[in-house]
Amino acid sequence: MTGPDVGSRAPEALTSLHNATVSKRRGRPSGGTILSWVIFIAAMLYFFLPLIATLEFSIRMRPSGAAYTNTFKDARFFSSLAYSFLIGLVTIVVSTLIIVPTAYWVRLRLPRLRPVVEFVTLMPFVIPPVVLVFGLIRSFSTGILPLANTQLGSDVLLVAAYTILSFPYMYRAVDSGLRTIDVRSLTEAGHSLGSGTFRILWSVIFPNVRVAVLSGAFLTLAIVIGEFTIGAYLNRPAFGPYLSNIGQNKTFEPAAVSIISFILTWLAMGVIAFLGRTRQGRTTGVQVGGGH
Amino acid sequence: MTAQAARTSEPGAPVARPARRGFNWSFLGVVPFFLFAILFMLFPIGFLILGSFQDSTNNDALTLQNYAELTTQQVARAFANSIEISLVTAIAGALFGLLLAYAIILGGLPRFLRTFVMTFSGVASNFAGIPLALAFIFTIGNRGLVTAWIESVFGVNIVTGMGVTLYSKIGLEIVYFYFQLPLMVLIIAPAIDGLRKDWREASENMGASPRQYWQYVALPILFPSILGCTVLLFGNAFGAQATAYQLTSGQIPLVTLLIGAQIRGDVLHNPGLGYAMAMGMVVIMGVSILLYSIMQRRSERWLR
Repeated sequence: MTGPDVGSRAPEALTSLHNATVSKRRGRPSGGTILSWVIFIAAMLYFFLPLIATLEFSIRMRPSGAAYTNTFKDARFFSSLAYSFLIGLVTIVVSTLIIVPTAYWVRLRLPRLRPVVEFVTLMPFVIPPVVLVFGLIRSFSTGILPLANTQLGSDVLLVAAYTILSFPYMYRAVDSGLRTIDVRSLTEAGHSLGSGTFRILWSVIFPNVRVAVLSGAFLTLAIVIGEFTIGAYLNRPAFGPYLSNIGQNKTFEPAAVSIISFILTWLAMGVIAFLGRTRQGRTTGVQVGGGH
Repeated sequence: MTAQAARTSEPGAPVARPARRGFNWSFLGVVPFFLFAILFMLFPIGFLILGSFQDSTNNDALTLQNYAELTTQQVARAFANSIEISLVTAIAGALFGLLLAYAIILGGLPRFLRTFVMTFSGVASNFAGIPLALAFIFTIGNRGLVTAWIESVFGVNIVTGMGVTLYSKIGLEIVYFYFQLPLMVLIIAPAIDGLRKDWREASENMGASPRQYWQYVALPILFPSILGCTVLLFGNAFGAQATAYQLTSGQIPLVTLLIGAQIRGDVLHNPGLGYAMAMGMVVIMGVSILLYSIMQRRSERWLR
């Protein structure tokens, strides 16, 4: 599927695809449209075969449905899922509390600081999760804040790392949400009605960027629930490490757990797509270098 | 903003002296953000940077030895493998992603397929890590669905008979392709959308063949985008860890896997070398993101 020889033929392929549009205007099917269909179908096969295979594998175990019933009997399945879900929620709260006031303040009072803030929020794209967790573990093992040495401390580091990972999506979502409202006038109106800055943030700004925050939040939740690297190296009982562990030790159950995690993740993604569409007629959030 | 300022002050009034500024207190508003970023991102990375210049066997004296040791066989092989896999999947993902994006946008397919592929790509580019690795084991692993089909039809087991194993470089590349292809579709689609109809009509009116249109108009315009996106895909694969961890359990040394092993225990027998590796990774990721944004800026000249 990934043969380099096809690459050298790319211009020809594009040329015949081009013919497709030309001939469509002339009202007859062409080799180009057929080629488009071939590409589309090949891509769909590649995309859906692994999903179908996982589903098939999850129901292959006898007696039928055993992979699922075994999964639901496994206490670690629920505890790890609940743990990751909880961590995800805390991450969303922390990230929202940091990003919304910052984005608001930068827009209102410190526009010159915007490039710096943007740069910092984009840094997780440059720092792979494995490097981030490496740094966190080493720097918080000794010194005045030995967080990595205790259970609770490791939970704090996990939330902190996920919050950092969520910055790019959160900031972008909130900042574009703020762009659609008149921050300055709303703030002045709030001040002239006697509200302080915190009151304005809480009762005026926050409700106005709720949809933006929600779409960032669901993306964060989807990433946190599937994340493996950071949770594993911090030795947290998270869902990703659990799935990895049973993937190495059991045959059919991992397929069932995968199917369940697909459904959860895709539910979250579906909500994002829905929220994005209702806002501006397009979906938001391209993730790069997250939890691969 | 100047309009706002002008409105608040009386026209013709003497310009007020700016408020006395020993210190601009409005900076306090972004302190929590920077404090958090410094504590949980810049400080840990700074720790790695510092460690990469220290000799742990000699009272942490400053040294460049750790960076020199990046060329030792184990580390150099990990970098070579990571770069090779990232490069192959970036180029393959870019080519097929371009074709797929073109097929659904301008290829004459029904419009709802475009919406479907774009939405699906948004999901699939995020679909990675452990579940992705497992899904491919269920597909073309030893007991996989497709493996069984091929065996029943052609009578040959692709894993034991042909040696197509997921636990190899080509196996990893097939799996990485799964998140590279949809990411390319997502990020190249705006560029393809930006190809204006008038350009093609103009070139047709001047007698250009479709091939000439592509060779002299469309591809040169798309080229910075394609190149930038390829670089971004490279970085995307380079930082991947979980998928490779699940598939190879460290059989194929990749940079991310070696760093992971270094976290668990000092497998390199030199903490500083581990830090230097991490820095090497950050530099490579940084360069690829930088190239991407430069290329993106160049492509904006033509596309909108």
